[in-house]
Amino acid sequence: MEISTKINDNCLIVKMRGEFDLHSVPEFKKRIIKIMAAHNLIHLVLSFKGVIFVDSSGLGAILGRYRELDKKGGKVFLINLRPQVKKVFTLAGLLKIMQEYDSEETAIEQLNKGGI
Amino acid sequence: MGNQAHLTIAGKSNNVGLARITAATFASELDFTLSELEEIKVAVSEAVTNCIIHAYPLEEGIIKIELEIAENQLIMIITDQGIGIENIDEVLQPSYTTKEDHMGLGLAFIDSFMDSFTLESNPDQGTTVKMIKIPEQVKYVVE
Repeated sequence: MEISTKINDNCLIVKMRGEFDLHSVPEFKKRIIKIMAAHNLIHLVLSFKGVIFVDSSGLGAILGRYRELDKKGGKVFLINLRPQVKKVFTLAGLLKIMQEYDSEETAIEQLNKGGI
Repeated sequence: MGNQAHLTIAGKSNNVGLARITAATFASELDFTLSELEEIKVAVSEAVTNCIIHAYPLEEGIIKIELEIAENQLIMIITDQGIGIENIDEVLQPSYTTKEDHMGLGLAFIDSFMDSFTLESNPDQGTTVKMIKIPEQVKYVVE
């Protein structure tokens, strides 16, 4: 899986492309933890536009970031889940604790509305 | 119509993709929808991932994947020769996990996406997961 990142205020925006499974998890965790710690970021926006596959290993890595950020009052937002990817998020119950938006702009707008 | 394929892989994370793509390609011989093929990919990914992280926690092992099409059914048997499972009832509980950052949903996904699955294991000998899936289109014809 390819990962690209950019910072917007106190939020890290991560664009992913490819398949998110056991093999992708170490790089995903390493990069996100490193950048968020270095810049004191508390919110995470994950763009799934280019992600064609996710299994429970990928979901576990996302839940791990959610648990960490939730302790600091941070949010994890999900963008552009394809139907087959959304199905596993729904089955795992993650859409009950993480918001899904149709664009990065809408997610950032929601974060700003929250007074951050 | 019947067919068979056997794939043996080293228990490395970069082989998880190979296993699921092989299984989905093999399965496409039956009338599965794209959505059903995606479910097959998730189920194989979960089963192979379990072998890598649970069956062989200390050293890399071998994972065997047997694929069969028989009477409009897809049968997938995934076997390891790892540490095995002491208590099968325990691992079948949703959200049961022994690893941080893992959701314990692998078998729950297999259960949701397959028509049936069985788990057999012997401590220190290994584990076998057998999964069966029938295309929805075929089920409607039969019913």
